Amino acid sequence: MEFYRAHILICAGAGCISSNCLSVKSELEKQLKDQGLDKEIMVVKTGCIGTCDIGPVMIVYPEGVFYCNVQPEDVKEIVEEHILKGRPVKRLMYTVPTTKKVVEKVDEIDFLKGQTRIALRNCGVINPDRIEEYIARNGYAALGKVLTQMKPKEVIEEIKKSGLRGRGGGGFPTGLKWEFAAKSQSPQKYVVCNADEGDPGAFMDRSILEGDPHSIIEAMAIAGYAIGASQGYVYVRAEYPLAVERLGNAIEKAREFGFLGKNIFGSGFDFDLEIRVGAGAFVCGEETALMHSIEGRRGEPRPRPPFPAQKGLWGKPTLLNNVETYANIPPIILNGADWFTQYGTENSKGTKVFAVAGDINNTGLVEVPMGTTLREIIYDICGGIPEGKKFKAAQTGGPSGGCIPEEHLDIPIDYDSLKEIGSMMGSGGLIVMNEDNCMVDVARFFLEFTVDESCGKCTPCRVGTRRMLEILERITKGEGKEGDIELLERLAKNIKATALCGLGQTAPNPVLSTLRFFRDEYEAHIKDKICPAGICKNLLKFKINAEKCKGCGICAKICPVNAISKGEDGKYIIDNEKCIACGACAKKCPFDAIGKGA
Amino acid sequence: MKSLNELNELKKKAQEYMNLREGKEIARVTVAMGTCGIAAGAREVLTAVMDEIKKRNLQQITVTQTSCPGRCSEEPIVIVEMDGQKVMYGKMDAEKARKMVVQHLVNKTICSEWVI
Ligand SMILES: Cc1cc2nc3c(=O)[nH]c(=O)nc-3n(C[C@H](O)[C@H](O)[C@H](O)COP(=O)(O)O)c2cc1C
Ligand code: SF4
Ligand code: SF4
Ligand code: SF4
Ligand code: FES
Ligand code: FES
Repeated sequence: MEFYRAHILICAGAGCISSNCLSVKSELEKQLKDQGLDKEIMVVKTGCIGTCDIGPVMIVYPEGVFYCNVQPEDVKEIVEEHILKGRPVKRLMYTVPTTKKVVEKVDEIDFLKGQTRIALRNCGVINPDRIEEYIARNGYAALGKVLTQMKPKEVIEEIKKSGLRGRGGGGFPTGLKWEFAAKSQSPQKYVVCNADEGDPGAFMDRSILEGDPHSIIEAMAIAGYAIGASQGYVYVRAEYPLAVERLGNAIEKAREFGFLGKNIFGSGFDFDLEIRVGAGAFVCGEETALMHSIEGRRGEPRPRPPFPAQKGLWGKPTLLNNVETYANIPPIILNGADWFTQYGTENSKGTKVFAVAGDINNTGLVEVPMGTTLREIIYDICGGIPEGKKFKAAQTGGPSGGCIPEEHLDIPIDYDSLKEIGSMMGSGGLIVMNEDNCMVDVARFFLEFTVDESCGKCTPCRVGTRRMLEILERITKGEGKEGDIELLERLAKNIKATALCGLGQTAPNPVLSTLRFFRDEYEAHIKDKICPAGICKNLLKFKINAEKCKGCGICAKICPVNAISKGEDGKYIIDNEKCIACGACAKKCPFDAIGKGA
Repeated sequence: MKSLNELNELKKKAQEYMNLREGKEIARVTVAMGTCGIAAGAREVLTAVMDEIKKRNLQQITVTQTSCPGRCSEEPIVIVEMDGQKVMYGKMDAEKARKMVVQHLVNKTICSEWVI
């Protein structure tokens, strides 16, 4: 085997690809060749490292030097200085936004150091297109162990003991689900992986498929053995072409090496996998709709029971799990349930991956033990809120979840504690919002999403969520009426109780939780006709501070609707009847005399 | 895939080059590659070290480079760290480098005549 003295890892996850990492990679390969280093230095393409907002990112081993925001024109300097002369390039290293400290090594970066990576163990470490690298990191050893040393019952027992719960949103105990599917009697059963990932902002499933596709293949084969299935399907949305490509490559390689196919590990067990590409409707992530879609039918939910474990794909018992759920399986088998249960809380074991976005210094993927507090994620790992702004709330669970206000920053995050405060774990989207967000508008935004995505099959969801949205729109326009809050609450209760599937049943959550923690904001909109955060345009009132105004007249010239005029004292005033709240005057006033708000 | 043994064989081979990424090393060879080092022939030294390691299929040895350690008259300089011991060799060339790999890294005896 060739001996390379250094490996340069370049992230080729979808995030970095969109920031042009591929031209950085080809420039790097060219420069190395020009310098005659291409036999000494190996360039490795990896999946998402998790720090997508500072991509393209690069790690140089053996030193572990981490470079971010690398552009093609930076490559020459890296090769000539670092690779040739051993002088790492400070200029391209990561700078902590708050302290301005330059961090040299990848394992010294708070964002990565603070994580515990089980599901993401290989993401950003291996080349997903090289099965050997997966094998080097214990890949397929769990499948080998299961097929040669364990009975299906023992596998299920181990998963049950691990306390693993579904990472796709519901949090259902995985071992129990496997047991149900195993107990269903049928000559034909199926294993399905849900990679629909509809929660806007979440991208952990995509990153795992792109960065470590073999972990899913291995886990599904283990599941097949445990429940007695020989065929599996991975349902991926069409918006994830790279995930489809890498998974497709991986499946081929796995067949070639005999991890899929007939008589795996000489055990007599057969298993194979196919990818099904979905059109990417949110409701297709719901398990019954997803199975309809795989069967080639309309992706509409149906009532449960029967549950998929009894009657699933083509009427046969089907085990359906989320990508991240599967990614946890091989390490549990290899290291044992006791190892897994050392992470997490009483009823939520292991880790959870969050896709952190919004008003926060470091966005990206973060995997932490269950029970980590929101404060730790936001401030210790993700570097806090930019520009010294104040934290207002975080939304977990996307459009099905709820918001967590400042007073709950210190609750340990797990399935149960989130439920208690009216939110939910969901698939792991975590949107951080600062003081400039209007919570009524946030609720309106999420509800708008679910109204768009409702499949229309049942009335409470199709009509009910639309009514709720109309009320919210009214409130944000300043046309809210006495009694609107109560009406929202009543509608929400009815929809939750009567909608057919999870989409409708959880759609009111963002409204209910913002009402619970920010009711005064709703009241301010309705009663006082003001938006305290200054977001809802119709409720914005621009005002000139007479003490600061120097009478220069710039604002009056700029106003597109001539709402500003000179008063008798030489100071300018805004006619709020005419003002359309465009904000142009406030931006232009040289003396900062114009403000918005109540 | 026929057996666990077959997988383990595959894994052992694949791990050989993954060690570099996991910080697993039994020895570290550092070649000084400042401007003066390169002028004095540090590149040939580095290439020779790597070639010898490859030929002998030595495992978990990190080869890395550093900038000028400030003893330009002794360039090319090679630093070997093994078993908690740090040895600096001066005025190296390709041939000495190859001998050093065999003596120091394989036979674990320091080449005292080149030590500075
Ligand atoms: C509207 C709706 C959308 C969903 N979207 C997803 C999804 O994108 N990915 C996912 O894994 N689960 C999704 N789920 C949950 C699935 O129905 C199912 O519970 C889950 O995939 C089971 O896997 P788990 O037990 O491993 O979590 C969704 C559920 C609903 C109601
Ligand atoms: S709740 Fe909504 S998405 Fe679900 S079946 Fe009813 S209309 Fe369709
Ligand atoms: S731009 Fe500012 S200072 Fe000038 S008139 Fe308008 S409010 Fe007054
Ligand atoms: S906000 Fe826009 S419309 Fe209103 S006064 Fe200023 S410039 Fe005129
Ligand atoms: S895609 Fe490169 S760090 Fe996420
Ligand atoms: S009409 Fe179906 S829920 Fe009322």
